[in-house]
Amino acid sequence: MDALVALPVILPLLIGALSLALWRSHAAQKLLGVFGTLALLAVSVHLLFETWEHDHLVMHMGSWQAPFGIVLVSDMLSAIMVVLTGIIGLATAIYSLSDIGSRHERFGYYPLFHLLLAGVNGAFLTGDIFNLYVWFEVMLVASFALLILGGERAQMEGAIKYVTLNLVSSMLFLTAIGLLYGLTGTLNMADIAVRLGEVEDTGLVTVIAMLFMVSFGIKAAAFPFFFWLPASYHTPKVAVSALFAGMLTKVGVYALFRVFTLIFNQDVDYTHEILLWIAMLTMLTGVLGAAAQFEFRRILSFHIISQIGYMILGLALFTPLAIVGGVFYIMHHIIVKANLFLISGLTYQLKGSHELKELGGLYRSHPMLGVLFMVPALSLAGLPPLSGFFAKFIIIRAGIEVEAWLAVTVALVVGLLTLYSMVKIWNEVFWKAQPEPAGRAAGSGAPAGSLFWMWPPIVGLALMTVMIGLYGQPIFEMAELSAEQLLDTSRYIDAVLGADYVESLQEMRR
Amino acid sequence: MEVVMAVTVGFLYAAALYMMLRRSIVKLVIGLVLLSNAANLLIFTAAGMVRGAPPLIYPGELLPPGVSADPLAQALILTAIVIGFGVLAFAVVLIHRAYEVVGADDMDQMKDTDT
Repeated sequence: MDALVALPVILPLLIGALSLALWRSHAAQKLLGVFGTLALLAVSVHLLFETWEHDHLVMHMGSWQAPFGIVLVSDMLSAIMVVLTGIIGLATAIYSLSDIGSRHERFGYYPLFHLLLAGVNGAFLTGDIFNLYVWFEVMLVASFALLILGGERAQMEGAIKYVTLNLVSSMLFLTAIGLLYGLTGTLNMADIAVRLGEVEDTGLVTVIAMLFMVSFGIKAAAFPFFFWLPASYHTPKVAVSALFAGMLTKVGVYALFRVFTLIFNQDVDYTHEILLWIAMLTMLTGVLGAAAQFEFRRILSFHIISQIGYMILGLALFTPLAIVGGVFYIMHHIIVKANLFLISGLTYQLKGSHELKELGGLYRSHPMLGVLFMVPALSLAGLPPLSGFFAKFIIIRAGIEVEAWLAVTVALVVGLLTLYSMVKIWNEVFWKAQPEPAGRAAGSGAPAGSLFWMWPPIVGLALMTVMIGLYGQPIFEMAELSAEQLLDTSRYIDAVLGADYVESLQEMRR
Repeated sequence: MEVVMAVTVGFLYAAALYMMLRRSIVKLVIGLVLLSNAANLLIFTAAGMVRGAPPLIYPGELLPPGVSADPLAQALILTAIVIGFGVLAFAVVLIHRAYEVVGADDMDQMKDTDT
């Protein structure tokens, strides 16, 4: 019974409810947005340290014993993800002060924002497979509404694709849960892991594993299922895009990590081989798609896809070092990608366009922004000494250790191509001269004062990228611990169910 | 009974997929409705079908007598129906708005955001 685990979920729910109650007062909603996410970050950092100390924190809801009641579990991976939610939540909340006008606030931007954070944190912390579905839906409903805030034509079209594919993915997930429940008679993930080891019909287990892989693959935007992402992520307000790009797809990746280490670890040769191919194809198609684009946010959207490939590669190689790399990559990617989206929003405010062809000369007028763009862009491409270099280095090193030469080659080539498209953005937006028929004359955007709150999150996230690169050791140790926990599933199972229960279950079988 | 249910579920999935692959967005919604109902029925069937055996425990006993229906699966379906219904209501409103904004009930006219 550790109530701390529930706090990262309850806090945003409460703040969301409070901002609903203060519907008319936009100023109060803004204040709540910033201070609420600040409190969320503080709570999640506290959770991270507690988890670090105690290995696993488990909360049995209503003090019901584990396989019967619902549990919230925080292991290192969950705690890390919750902290990242706090960081991105705070950054986008501050950014929203300048980016979200009163028109969008009237449609309930802030309540939805907090609901989304609650859903994301719930998905990270739950230890019950059906609750994972429920939190996915909470998150999706909030994201649907945020996506169409403003109601432009492109948003509607993007939203239809987003809604349809995510609903299909949820239904496949539900189907898989139904079959899994029929097979094991339990919903607790730890209990499923124990019981699935004794199921004789391994063919059916593999079928269910594939269903999970497809449904989480859609949510994570992995190779054959990613088409909804570039169709929708560039349509909403930039603060929303950044939040989605940072957190939402990573919930799918997190679910893949959780399910394919804890539950489906029987037939690793088969499932993780498929994951390996998915990872390589995801990396390649994402980066090639990005190379073909000439719209700032679409390039970034395609890069989300290619980076998802690296994370899945970490999972697919399934060695301790590879999992460390995957977790490290998730941490690095969330910070960097959200930051790049925030920068694209700032350039839009300054120049009035997202099209690379209409942009230019920004380095002359705003050299500071150019430097701030370089940090996440080069980190994404994997240049030392930034965070992306170490993330890629760990994964590629893990690939070399198991001699997965094809995967290593793909990862290296994709790194180069990423650099190419980042340089493309740099050349077009910052370096070349401002083309004559510009979307809006330079500097005639919104008055400078109202852009003030866009800077602190960009600077903060860029600093974080540099710091991870320079002092990466504690981050690496966190990733290492979480990889240990992910691969040694008995620790998770014992923490959730209690060693007594597991023993009595095994004795009953004898 | 299980076989009948299994065939029904399979038919619903097939019909849902067929509807979703049409160009009309109204048919897309119908496909989504069918899909969510198919998933609910699947959970219902997967939990085992027991007739006339409510999961009730007589006073003074610890276990229900003999075979009884599984209440958990029904709780799951209840939750799934509520969630599915809410999301579908949103989808219907979204598609109505999209129809107003785009002015066509045709997925082929909604290619602005594709590349």
